[in-house]
Amino acid sequence: MKRLLPFLVILLVAGLAVGGGYWLYQAKSENVFAPIPGEKASANPGAQPPHFRGPGRAPVVLEEFADLQCPPCAGLAGLLKKVQAQYPEDVRIVFRHFPLAMHNHAVEAARAAEAAGAQGKFWEMTGLMFENQSAWSKESKVTEIFEGYASQLGLDLGKFRADRERQEMLARVGLDNQRGISMGVKATPTLFINNQRVPQQHINEASLKTAINNVLEGKDPFPAS
Amino acid sequence: MSKKRSKTEPAPASGLSRAQRIIFAFVALLALLGLGETVYLTAMHLAGAHITCVTAANCSEVLSSRWASIGGVPLASLGAVGYFLVFSFALLAALQYRRAFLLLAITVTGMFLGTLWLLYLQAFVLKTFCDYCLFSAALVFLLAGLLVAMPPSAERRA
Repeated sequence: MKRLLPFLVILLVAGLAVGGGYWLYQAKSENVFAPIPGEKASANPGAQPPHFRGPGRAPVVLEEFADLQCPPCAGLAGLLKKVQAQYPEDVRIVFRHFPLAMHNHAVEAARAAEAAGAQGKFWEMTGLMFENQSAWSKESKVTEIFEGYASQLGLDLGKFRADRERQEMLARVGLDNQRGISMGVKATPTLFINNQRVPQQHINEASLKTAINNVLEGKDPFPAS
Repeated sequence: MSKKRSKTEPAPASGLSRAQRIIFAFVALLALLGLGETVYLTAMHLAGAHITCVTAANCSEVLSSRWASIGGVPLASLGAVGYFLVFSFALLAALQYRRAFLLLAITVTGMFLGTLWLLYLQAFVLKTFCDYCLFSAALVFLLAGLLVAMPPSAERRA
């Protein structure tokens, strides 16, 4: 037994290395954004990696093009969060910026959301923006209001301010916008399920769940009735 | 009838000095550190995950370059195999298994040469360094230094 002991130690180390590596691989691949099923070659890829919630390899992707100042987008954000919670393993939600010219604070809001995203709080920031949208939308200046949200979320304010001004942040917003244009988006919110546009009348909990179930069963999300 | 000793069996206890035992233990410990690091890098590479660098800004540039894998096999996984062998041979050498020291020396020499090549690539081809690669290089240099500094045993001297 004593003679075998060093070989058992070596075997144990090998097992720990392989097992630990496999565990890490599994854990990390969950957070990697896998391509969206049904991606068209003509579509602009948008900002990479996009902001998403849910497993990075979930088979159903709900991709929303939203303007942070648009009231129906605030409603859709809540609905998508609720739907994703019901399919924690199968659905990922992707957020794409599509600021509209008619909304005076939309770009600034998008930049602030990206700056929060640089500190890992994108969804928390957009959540606060949507919740309080009716209040800040009416203001003439929103910079301090967004900084207030950043403080509320415990962000490093200096970094938040610096990131907000970085061209990279604006570029991400622009890339999302270009993706939307390449996919025919004209208004917000526009929602896609695995790259197939969700008709406006289907943007509700029951219809989305039916569409998700259809995709999971390998069917068309909206079969012609 | 005299019993023949197998190749893997420990040699008769000619006795390692205290310094030698400490060096082998230190070599095994360094190899475990290197093994942990390279297993981490291999898993991240295979998962396609972004690697956050501690100090160097362009770390991922090195780790995602065309030199980061050979024929689809992550270079870090070769490092992991190297460190695992170093750990195993150091353990066996500490227990005075025959040829373990020779195999340890051959493995560390190979890793040392590989490290020199990787440092050359970072300095002159990629023109940027990565923390993880430099940490691994430091480990390999330490391993090589320890083996060179190892006082020869009576058996190896003979």
